[in-house]
Amino acid sequence: MKLTPRFFDRTTTDGSPGWEFILPSLILLSLIGLPILALIWRSFNIETFKFAISESAVNALKLSLITSIVSVILSLVSGTPLAYIQVHWKFRGKALLDLLVDLPVVLPPSVAGIALLLAFGREGLFGAMLNKIGITLPFTSVAVIMAQVFVSAPLLVRSARIGFAAIDPQLEEAAKVEGATNWNVFRLIMLPLAGRALLTGVILSWTRALGEFGATLLFAGNLEGKTQTMPLAIYIGFEQGLGIALVLSVILLAVSLVLLTFLRKLELQSQH
Amino acid sequence: MNVVRHLAPQDHIWLKMNKSFVFLSLVIFVILSGCTKPGLGLISTIKTSQFTSPDKPSTLPATLPAKHTLMVFAAASLTGAFQEIGKNFEMTNPGVSINFNFAGSQILRTQLEQGALADVFASADHKNMDLLITENLVAGNTYQDFATNQLVVILPPGNPGDVQTLRDLARPNLKVILADASVPAGNYARQILSNMSKDPEFGADFSEKVLANVVSNETDVKQVVTKVELGEADAGIVYTSDSIASPDLLTISIPDNFNVIASYPIASLTSAPEPQLATAFVAYVTSPAGQAVLIKWGFSPGSQ
Repeated sequence: MKLTPRFFDRTTTDGSPGWEFILPSLILLSLIGLPILALIWRSFNIETFKFAISESAVNALKLSLITSIVSVILSLVSGTPLAYIQVHWKFRGKALLDLLVDLPVVLPPSVAGIALLLAFGREGLFGAMLNKIGITLPFTSVAVIMAQVFVSAPLLVRSARIGFAAIDPQLEEAAKVEGATNWNVFRLIMLPLAGRALLTGVILSWTRALGEFGATLLFAGNLEGKTQTMPLAIYIGFEQGLGIALVLSVILLAVSLVLLTFLRKLELQSQH
Repeated sequence: MNVVRHLAPQDHIWLKMNKSFVFLSLVIFVILSGCTKPGLGLISTIKTSQFTSPDKPSTLPATLPAKHTLMVFAAASLTGAFQEIGKNFEMTNPGVSINFNFAGSQILRTQLEQGALADVFASADHKNMDLLITENLVAGNTYQDFATNQLVVILPPGNPGDVQTLRDLARPNLKVILADASVPAGNYARQILSNMSKDPEFGADFSEKVLANVVSNETDVKQVVTKVELGEADAGIVYTSDSIASPDLLTISIPDNFNVIASYPIASLTSAPEPQLATAFVAYVTSPAGQAVLIKWGFSPGSQ
């Protein structure tokens, strides 16, 4: 490699990359791109699409959509106030709270599943009490939603926090001087201004909830129509033959792509 | 928009940081690419050292040939027994280390079909082994049945569902866990239920009623054991060997006229990287020493 001044000039002034940047990037791009390409390539087969209308595929799709939408709504309703508290209040133990809320983002989902089982299982720390009053959570659709919220809500909270933090504190003070209540400040100023960040959070957590696998398998089990979401159906289907797993994978891929495209649009809009 | 205006000053800092970052990474890149050969040398030394001394620090003299590693794919129900057999095999064959991959036989079969490299495959049923033979991954009819197993109903400690007899499995609202129908143990359990349905003592709808009580179809038999052990369900159907490996569980035996005898075939794979070692391991499993371990773990000797 030649260290010509021109080389440095080019990269430091306008930042356009040379092959030194393109080659390493290609490694990563092919690692991500080739499997996706293979997935799409193999699914171009009339044979596989007869699985698309199979009952278990439809059941898994329906269950995934319903549970993930409920998960996102729950995350939004409970995560937005939490993010607001995290941004606006100072109190002892806040660092610990921040840590707790961010933990599921880095925690392996299988750990989440075991933790959920030990807490809310029939003989679990709190599940035993619930069981006494006739509520059992494991192996129900509620357990699927709990697993999804556990792993996906923190993404929404993080995004909401960024949105709230970007709002000029003077706006809030001005509103309060004018006599606005806390709730009105939140509802009329903070929510509209953080709307885009919240929407980003919704999409991120929705895609994460749709893809949830490990925690669901451990905590909610695998029963068609009740707890068998698309990722579980893909796993089980893979063992029975590629067909059904392939079709479900392509459907999940398409849904994820649509959501991501929407997300990109939002990001681009907020830059203008 | 407000938000954008507020972020603007920070953006400037970012741009500056970006420039210095680009410069820095460039410098690092130049340094790294300048010393390509030593760099590659480093990588290859790491690799060879990994191969010559796997996880355990070897007490063998360095003059001995490089260690051999045997990759064994075995049904999840064999976990305890094969781990012990593996240890014994390693002790009688210095320089050999065995890696196990335990999972549902159908998962292992799929992995092998997708090109996973292994030397030996031990399945919990003939179906998955036969599929590999038709695909030429296992040489035709080279497999031997090395063990048999039967199934048993397990209950969690304390019997929360108050299951006293097999008939109780059909009681409404009981929570039953089975392995998925694609897993050998799950397939056997369903066969047993349909056998019982043919007996008027249980009634023709027995199987249907029990299957309606199923709250989860697990991906391997050990998952059924763990979840019943945790008390998440009132009953499960697993192998006799599983119930012996988990002594806390209560069991209800299934009479022979309904029960299924699961025979476990073992074979070395056609693409085995260590074919001789694979043959030696298969011979060890079927030898009296191997059989003794299997019996200890609740299996019956293979029907050879």
